[in-house]
Amino acid sequence: MSAKPLPAVPYLKIPDTGDPYLEGHKCDVCGAIFLDARQVCAKCGAREQMRAIALSNTGKLYSWSIVYRSFPGIEVPYISAVVDLDDGATVKGNLINFEPDPANIAFDMPVEVTYGDALGRKDRDGNAYLSYFFQPRTR
Amino acid sequence: MTDAYVVGVDMIKFGRFPEKSVPQIGAEAALLALDDCDLTIQDMQALYCGNLGQASAMVGQRILQQIGQTGIPVVNCANACATGATAFREAWASVKADLHDLVIAVGVEQMGRGLLGGGGGRSGIPKEGLLGSGTMPSVFAEAGMEHTRKHGTTFEQFAKVSVKNHHHATMNAKAMYQIETPLETVMNSEMISYPNTKLMCSVNVDGSAAAVIASEKKARELGLMDRAVKVRASVLTSDPWQERDLVMPDVNTCTRKAAAAAYEMAGVGPDDLDLVELHDCFATAEILHYENLGLCADGEAGRLIDEDEVALGGRIPVNASGGLLSKGHPLGATGIANIYEVSTHLRGEAGKRQVEGARLGLTHVIGLGSACGIHILERVA
Repeated sequence: MSAKPLPAVPYLKIPDTGDPYLEGHKCDVCGAIFLDARQVCAKCGAREQMRAIALSNTGKLYSWSIVYRSFPGIEVPYISAVVDLDDGATVKGNLINFEPDPANIAFDMPVEVTYGDALGRKDRDGNAYLSYFFQPRTR
Repeated sequence: MTDAYVVGVDMIKFGRFPEKSVPQIGAEAALLALDDCDLTIQDMQALYCGNLGQASAMVGQRILQQIGQTGIPVVNCANACATGATAFREAWASVKADLHDLVIAVGVEQMGRGLLGGGGGRSGIPKEGLLGSGTMPSVFAEAGMEHTRKHGTTFEQFAKVSVKNHHHATMNAKAMYQIETPLETVMNSEMISYPNTKLMCSVNVDGSAAAVIASEKKARELGLMDRAVKVRASVLTSDPWQERDLVMPDVNTCTRKAAAAAYEMAGVGPDDLDLVELHDCFATAEILHYENLGLCADGEAGRLIDEDEVALGGRIPVNASGGLLSKGHPLGATGIANIYEVSTHLRGEAGKRQVEGARLGLTHVIGLGSACGIHILERVA
């Protein structure tokens, strides 16, 4: 079992020192950003031009749904959010610390990325995981 | 290049048939389509089979094992919800290329119940409900809310799609459900992923559909031109790169690209169409495709549903069959079942739901991941 939590997804990076962050891979030719490491840019086809970058921790809500029915054991309702980060990447996650009511959710509301335990979920070997979430940004 | 014609086409009544095998369900539609043009499996030169759930299990060959092992080439294909349309297109292409002049395409699916999608990766921990939702109702809810963001489309407008399609299905004996479903019933049914309620999600059913395709020369030789339907366009696209691809499957761009290519191939425009069967896997999706297919200008989709322009009797009836929302959505069969629907109208054989004088119709499917298949069909006689 790992002494420290593992990242819930490969693009969540947990440095030995400093804060966790989301990592993107940006094409130096056309600027497209991907969440996975890759050789070739799927937008422009350039090879060996991808550069790992730390993604912004702030962004705006692009689209969303409130999920009321899910698989057994998954707590509902929750907000599934598509967020455009300020540097141009788009990431999906749960919007937390916000009431899941359609009347209250506004497109383009400012959000920030926050990091925390993956809702208590553990893998077969008992490892704990660190995940990311979105929450409303006030500043 | 020869023109290709649908000379025989049919579908089974969609339902739930756990006691039957996938090949048995597929065989039923194949026989119906052959009967529709009074031909036999011995007349077919190739079989193109679309099935998703048993994509590695030689479903096309097993259909022949049910209805006649004639030794013809069989191609099995899987392309998500565009599977049936892809099988049909491969059959069409073989006729256009003069490889064959009489072939059959069969689409078949046996579905479980419940939510599709959201399975996530094989390692680590489940991501559903942790990193948003990957279920199909959620994915198409988010695509619908993107339309709301751009054009102010309301929950009620999305819900009206389901009311319309359920109404259409009351006139279709082959639909899973024939139940009038008023707006308040749709809006008050269980909320699955806002704004999609349970009645705004397509019905998981078992089903099959099949089409016999002939070259012009063959169709004339066989005396089948009276009820023949001409394939004016067949287009398949995949999803071009879009900036939100990685988290938000884009069903719009590949549809727009396919529609433009199909209209060009057929030499027609959306205003020439008499009816459309489009991919209403969720009520939210249908709204997007009014604009994607050019049935109205961008931003006008809400008005189209509000003013009944897309209902039977309206300017451009959409999903006269009841659509996936009420007819049902057996994934691999859907792309041929909608060709059956349009062909039936073009033949003037659609009974109570007949679009009067229908001459030209369009079918559309989207397989998430993504594939878009569009066919434009024309009455001959």
